[in-house]
Amino acid sequence: MRGMIRVNRLQKWYRVHQRQPGLGAALRSLFHRKYDEVKAVDEVSFSIEAGERVGFLGPNGAGKTTTLKVLSGLLHPTGGEVSVAGFKPQDRVRGFLQQITLVMGQKQQLLWDLPPAETFLLNRAIYDIPKAQYAETLSELTALLDLGPLLNKPTRQLSLGERMKCELAVALLHRPKVLFLDEPTIGLDVSMQVTVRDFVRAYNQRFGATVLLTSHYMEDVAALCPRVMVIDKGHLIYDGGLPELVQRVRPDKRLILRLSKPVDRKDLEALGGTLVDHRDAEAVVQVSQALLQAAVSRALASLPLRDLSVEDPPLEEVMRDLFAQGRAA
Amino acid sequence: MKAYPQLLRTGFAAMVAYRAEMLIWMFATNMPLVMLALWSAVARGGPVGPYTQTGFAAYYLGSLLVRLMTGSWVVWELTMEIRQGTLALRLLRPIHPLLAYSAENLAAVPLRGIIAIPVVSILLYGMRAELGHDTLSWILLAPAMFGAWLLTFLVMSLIGTLGLWFESAGSLFDAWLGISAILSGYLIPLDLFPSAVRDIALVLPFRFLLSFPVELVLGKAIGLHAVKLLAVQWTYVGAALIATHFVWRSGLKRYAAYGG
Repeated sequence: MRGMIRVNRLQKWYRVHQRQPGLGAALRSLFHRKYDEVKAVDEVSFSIEAGERVGFLGPNGAGKTTTLKVLSGLLHPTGGEVSVAGFKPQDRVRGFLQQITLVMGQKQQLLWDLPPAETFLLNRAIYDIPKAQYAETLSELTALLDLGPLLNKPTRQLSLGERMKCELAVALLHRPKVLFLDEPTIGLDVSMQVTVRDFVRAYNQRFGATVLLTSHYMEDVAALCPRVMVIDKGHLIYDGGLPELVQRVRPDKRLILRLSKPVDRKDLEALGGTLVDHRDAEAVVQVSQALLQAAVSRALASLPLRDLSVEDPPLEEVMRDLFAQGRAA
Repeated sequence: MKAYPQLLRTGFAAMVAYRAEMLIWMFATNMPLVMLALWSAVARGGPVGPYTQTGFAAYYLGSLLVRLMTGSWVVWELTMEIRQGTLALRLLRPIHPLLAYSAENLAAVPLRGIIAIPVVSILLYGMRAELGHDTLSWILLAPAMFGAWLLTFLVMSLIGTLGLWFESAGSLFDAWLGISAILSGYLIPLDLFPSAVRDIALVLPFRFLLSFPVELVLGKAIGLHAVKLLAVQWTYVGAALIATHFVWRSGLKRYAAYGG
């Protein structure tokens, strides 16, 4: 196996205490406990090269975060082999921890009642960052994320977006080679999501860092990750390019029609596809790839068009169909 | 360890940010004063064992001083962080989380010192007749105080780490606290116990959390005997360190990093 991140037949199983609600069940559980084994990650294998940006997709409880936690050394795997930057993550040796970072959108490492600058100083000492490198990285991060006015305000007084920018900065001060980002844009508004995405891309290009990202916002993945891995119920069900995934799951296309005047529903259905949306002078028609050319010709000939474009189905729909296929299989 | 001075500085900054909470904690640590009032009333009619009214005052002010300077809260923080999964953030940093906790706890000592200064002043000037005159005992006080702090911190860390196995580590610590309040001399000086209980209490680790430094201050442990007691205290510190190390290591294999 080669690569910055190598995972071979990774398994992570949890033992979960099962208990019915109610007082009787509580009393019974004092004497007899029933445990279930949950296979959070089961026989997952993949390899990621240095400098790659990879999106890790899957529904809630699919095993994404568990995998990230194993890769960052927080969890000991039940089985299989894992290597990150040449280290066995669960050993948590200093050399390994200095090369990685894990940003969790729902948890923060900034000290709540102190300004972010204080956490920065703390991390400088903990990671033993040379003074000159610290000053250079901090000024770069400050410029990229516009942190200037935030550094000396108590963290508790920052907005969610401002806090996430500082979280990213503090997580990257030591210039890690591997970034594990778990829902880094959760709860952020659209413009802040764009800021975070642009920043992650800039960091990846500037330092050649490897990025493994989980997000429920498909725009994050589409904008950042040329490669995606899809996990469902602990199994890796896809590993490859995003366009190929869309092509495989939803080979149909969408005709986006903007019309100069409203038209009847039957005129749109006559194009040969399924009418997905129809509002006044706008319509979306889904057609199979085989019929696409004919449908476009028909639209151009028969409809009062102002504009016509062909798009892939929304990624959310692609993922929903993919997981539905997985469940049906 | 290179990062330790910065950890202390940041811990101190956090303490200053939480100054109100800190002051409330310090003023709530008033059990020795309550016990002082009780025993002073009892001793009004004549000495109780070796203690006169002033003797009790010196003992309980000494206890208050040791309690203020050696207190720690790592067990609460550790059990909470294990339950909420935030321990993960500490585990991601290239520094042992217990070392980081120790700096945060030690950083509180200067602020506590502010409260402790008047207590020390009263002790030194108001009750100097009750204090020990053995120079060696006073020299040993500093390592004994540090040993008491370290033992408190390590026992708390050990019990807190057990939270990696079961959720009721907090209750276990409550039990430890209950026993410790009696056997460390926090509520009653150990030399007032019936001899059978006292003989056991004198060799258990609880004594070295509080009673031993107070014994040094009051001149009850002097000379070679005091040195031997210090050696016993530090043996307990060593044992607690080894136990914490192994419990921590095997506990992390079970760590589930819940949440998020």
